[in-house]
Amino acid sequence: MGELAAFIVLSLVILIPAVIVVTSRNIVRSALSLVPTFLGVTGFYIMLQAEFVAGIQVLIYAGAITVLILFVIMLTEGGSGVDVRQMNEQVPLGATAALWLAFLILVVLFRTQWPAASGQPPAYNAATIGSAFLSSYVLIFEVTSLVLLLSLIGAIVIARREE
Amino acid sequence: MTVGLTHYLVVSTLLFCLGLYGVLTRRNAVAILMGIELMLNAGNINLVAFNRYVAPGAVNGHVFALVVITLAACEAAVGLALVMAAYRSLETVHVDEINVMKW
Repeated sequence: MGELAAFIVLSLVILIPAVIVVTSRNIVRSALSLVPTFLGVTGFYIMLQAEFVAGIQVLIYAGAITVLILFVIMLTEGGSGVDVRQMNEQVPLGATAALWLAFLILVVLFRTQWPAASGQPPAYNAATIGSAFLSSYVLIFEVTSLVLLLSLIGAIVIARREE
Repeated sequence: MTVGLTHYLVVSTLLFCLGLYGVLTRRNAVAILMGIELMLNAGNINLVAFNRYVAPGAVNGHVFALVVITLAACEAAVGLALVMAAYRSLETVHVDEINVMKW
């Protein structure tokens, strides 16, 4: 019962700010509404007993990405006033596409028999993830670090001023 | 009534479609990136929920969710750098006004 109540509250904390993110005329309000959405997703991770992913979610999404987006909004002030039109002319088309996709996914989702299994998650989440990253998934780990380095260099090269 | 896999999948479906709506209807490139972040979060909820309910003893879903979070950070950094470069040369961040390949 308490789990269901927590789930409903977290769903509202995720979905209501997400609606504000995609509909608000004020772009700064959109960016700040991302924070409760990300924190609600963090709550989901904690309910799903993924504590390490929850910590990383707070650090990277709620911390870094939101601040990055706010910085770029401040630096590109020409596009962010409340009197600037923020929606393009595809609003009916986009709403139709999103609603149809939601309908389709929900129908498929309720008709599928998911292979549920019962069991206990590992006691030490972060330790298990660390050893998985350095044994079975070491190639993914190395390639991801290479992608991080390249995107760091790429972002600096793209964003710097031409001399 | 306990919370099952389907509950999480329904919420992540709704979050994904909200993100898709944002991507399709926004003019501001930064707002489009916000929609993409919402869609990536919906995918991450799916990965962790399937890990919990289909293979509770494993951490494979967590590993993939962490990789997706890392790539989302890369994508945000490079995408916002591109927005900055476009704004510097074209004086706009609205994607329906950015219509030249070379300045």
